[in-house]
Parts: sequence; C-alpha cells; structure tokens
Amino acid sequence: MDLITPGTGLIFWQLIGFLGLLFILIKFAWKPMLEALEERESSIENALKSAEIARNEMANLKAENEKLLAEARKERDEILAKAHESSTRMIEEAKDQATKAGNEMIEKAKAVIETEKKAALAEVKTQVATLTLEVSEKLLRKNLSDDKAQKELVDEFVKDLKLN
Amino acid sequence: MKRKLLALSLLLSACMLWFTTPTMAAGSEEDKTSFIMHHVKDSHEWHFATFGHTHVTLPLPVIVYSGDRGLEFFMSTDFQNHDTHAFGKEYAHEGYFIDEHDHLGRVDEGSFLELSITKNVVMLFVVLAFLAWMALSAAGHYKKNGAVAPKGAAALIEPIVIFVRDEIAEKSIGPKYKKFVPYLLTLFLFIWFGNLLGLLPGAANLTGNIAVTFTLAILTFIITNVNGNKDYWKHVFATPGVPPAMLLIIVPVEIIGLFTKPFALMVRLFVAITAGHIVILGFIALAFIFESFAIGIVSTLMVTFINLIEILVATIQAYVFTLFSAMYIGSAVAEHAHDH
Repeated sequence: MDLITPGTGLIFWQLIGFLGLLFILIKFAWKPMLEALEERESSIENALKSAEIARNEMANLKAENEKLLAEARKERDEILAKAHESSTRMIEEAKDQATKAGNEMIEKAKAVIETEKKAALAEVKTQVATLTLEVSEKLLRKNLSDDKAQKELVDEFVKDLKLN
Repeated sequence: MKRKLLALSLLLSACMLWFTTPTMAAGSEEDKTSFIMHHVKDSHEWHFATFGHTHVTLPLPVIVYSGDRGLEFFMSTDFQNHDTHAFGKEYAHEGYFIDEHDHLGRVDEGSFLELSITKNVVMLFVVLAFLAWMALSAAGHYKKNGAVAPKGAAALIEPIVIFVRDEIAEKSIGPKYKKFVPYLLTLFLFIWFGNLLGLLPGAANLTGNIAVTFTLAILTFIITNVNGNKDYWKHVFATPGVPPAMLLIIVPVEIIGLFTKPFALMVRLFVAITAGHIVILGFIALAFIFESFAIGIVSTLMVTFINLIEILVATIQAYVFTLFSAMYIGSAVAEHAHDH
C-alpha cells in the first residue's frame, strides 16, 4: 500500500462510515444537543432579562413609596399646622370672650356699687335729717335755762352724732 | 495539566519502545528503519509485535469486487506464509496475491476494486465507534436532564460544541452557520479523536492516511459547491471588477482555485500527522541503529518531547481542517460579493 496513493477500500469505508456516523449523530446527538444548548442560553438570557425588569420594578416601587411617604409627611404637616392654627384661634376667641365677660361683670359690679353708694348716701341723708330732727326735739324738750347745761347737751348730742 | 501531559507522553513513549523492541531485535540494517514506513502505511493485517518467531497479528478480511468474478471474501492469512507471516506473489490464493509491499494484485492482471477491511479501516471503525459513543452519551445527558449544566461526557463534548459553533461556524460562515454546525462538529471530533487515538502505541495512522484526508476534503468540497450561491459562482466565472480580457486568465485560475482548496486540506492533514509519526518512530529507530544506551536515553526524551508536540498538533490540525472547511463554506454562502 503506497503512502500517497489513496486506497479505494479505505475511501469506500471512510465515506460510508463517516456519512453514516454523520447522519446518526445529526439525528441523535447534535440536534438534541444544539437544541438543549440554545434552550439553556435563551433561558439564561430570559432570566437575566426578568431580573433586570424586577430590579427596575423594585426601583419604581421604591420611588413610589418615597413619593407616597413625602406626600403623607406633607399632609401630616398641613394637618398639624391647621390644628395649631385652629387651637390658637380658639384660645384667642376664648380669651376674647373671657375678657368681654369680665368687663361686663366689672361694669355690672360698678353699676351695682354706684347704685348702692347712691342708696347709702340717701340713707345717710335721711339719717342725718332724722338725727337733726331728734336733736332739735331733745333740745327743745330740755329747758333752756341753763346755758351751761344747754351747751353740754349740745356737745353730747354732737358726740353721739359723730359716733353715728 | 502539564504533569499529566508529560506523564501521558512518557507512557506512550515507553509503550512504543516496548512494542518496537521485539520487532527490532533480529533484523538487518535495512529492517531497523523499514518498520517506520510499514507503520505509516495501511496494511492488510494488523501486526502488533513479534516475539522471536511468534507474530502477534490481527488477521483482517480481504474483500475484492471485480466485473467478471463479483464480490469475493478472503482473509489476509490466505495470502501469507504461515510461519513468517510474509506476503508474497508465491502465496497467491484463488487468483489473487498480496505482494511484499502489501499490494493486492490479480494473477491474470484483470481489473478489480478492492474493498478490504484493512488496518486503517479497523482503526476507522474504532474511531467512529468511540466518537459515536461519546456524542451519543453526551446527547443522552440532555435528553434525560433537559437544558441543565453538563456532566460526564456532556461536560467534555459541550465546550467543543460551543467552540465549533461560536468560534468556527458562526465567525467563518456568517448568519447561515446553523445548517453546517453538525458537519463541522463531526469533522472536528473525527479528526481530533483520530489524531489522538493514532498516537496510541500499536494504533494505525488513520488521519495521516491520504485516502482518509482525501475523503474528508471531498466532502467539504461537495458541501461548499452544492451550497454555493449566485455571488460565489459569479466570482468564479465572471469575476467582478476585472477587465474582460483578463477574465481569460482569471477564470481558469478561479476554477483551479476551487480544487486547490480541498487539495490543500487533504495534503495538510496527511502531511502533519504522517510526519509526526515518522519523527517519533525515527527517534525510536535511532536507539536500534546506534545500539547505544546513551542514544536510547536521548531518543526516549526526544520521543517524549515530540509526543507532547503531537498531542498539540492533533488538536491544531483538527481545528485547522474544520476552520478552513468552515471558511470555504462561508465564502460559498456569503451574501455579498467580495470587494476587490
């Protein structure tokens, strides 16, 4: 058998054997293997893609949460501010009312005092008049003979008057 | 990894020396190197070793087809001396003989077609069986487990499948690569396993046989030209951008180019593998020619070294054959004409 002359037998068997193996392997080895590889590659790609989507969604959710939180905070602040305002207003109102009521009461009291004062003065006047009348009566009743006695009497009465 | 490779080469070398020693023991000056060509060429029997007068051989079937006698089956032992296992014209059997150069001949010099199961054909069956077993058990993994991480044979085959698909087919062929991946895969693995198994001691030089590389190159040639599109044929018969007068020269050159491509494929693999085997066996032969221990040690070291290189060459040549096949197919299916 020569080195550089191809033997017909070997060519024949090589052709049959190689082609036979090629067809067997295409059907039973390469097709399932290449399909499985492609399937795995696409599943990895899909997994990566869905992870990316999930990550984006997470970021969106987080942003949304933060937005919500900020809104809630703002609302709370507003409510607090409103409450504060209304409470101040209520206090102011209450103060006003109290002042008004107090003033009114003072006014009333003043009026009462004035009336009382007037009544008392009137009474004093009446009393003075009565006392004057009584003194005059007593003086008249007593004998006016004795000047000294008269004077003493007058003094006595005046003393009484003062005491009254 | 390096240590494993080194150990593997040493083992291979040791086995080779062991196998060749008995062959060499009793021989004339010429016999000391004749075993090299005997190993490199195909043979009608598989000769493993000779101990004294005992020949350890695997007799192989001889199949002949001739127009006048039809299909005939013999055994290689029919054509040889039973004691010396030598072929020769004097041991003719039923009108056929195998001469001392292992050629089958017909006594009446009529024409015939030889379809014998030679040493390389047996080696071919071994490689095919090994490849089928590896690929089918790898595929079984996917059938059983679906698209999960590979294990076992699949873990060995899968990186090669991905490499051939992505690095060779897709890059050299372009968008239409999918159709050719199975052929390129089978081609790569056949050549690779053939090269590696051929390095084993006692194995046959299958992928370094010109009939094998011829058949593989022809297959690439057929696939390339069957799939050739309009642009490809236009490029051959009416090369764009060339003055009409020049076409007289260019077209024949392009037509020759169609055939030189597979020819280069055929010769490259044949030469690379055969040369490797010859170099290894040559270094082994040195020890017997000089009959010196010192040369023996040096030649063993050299054989180890060459074996390491041959493992590399086995892979590179499989890669190169597949890559060039893919490039030729790629040039045939490319959508746009090349710019010149």
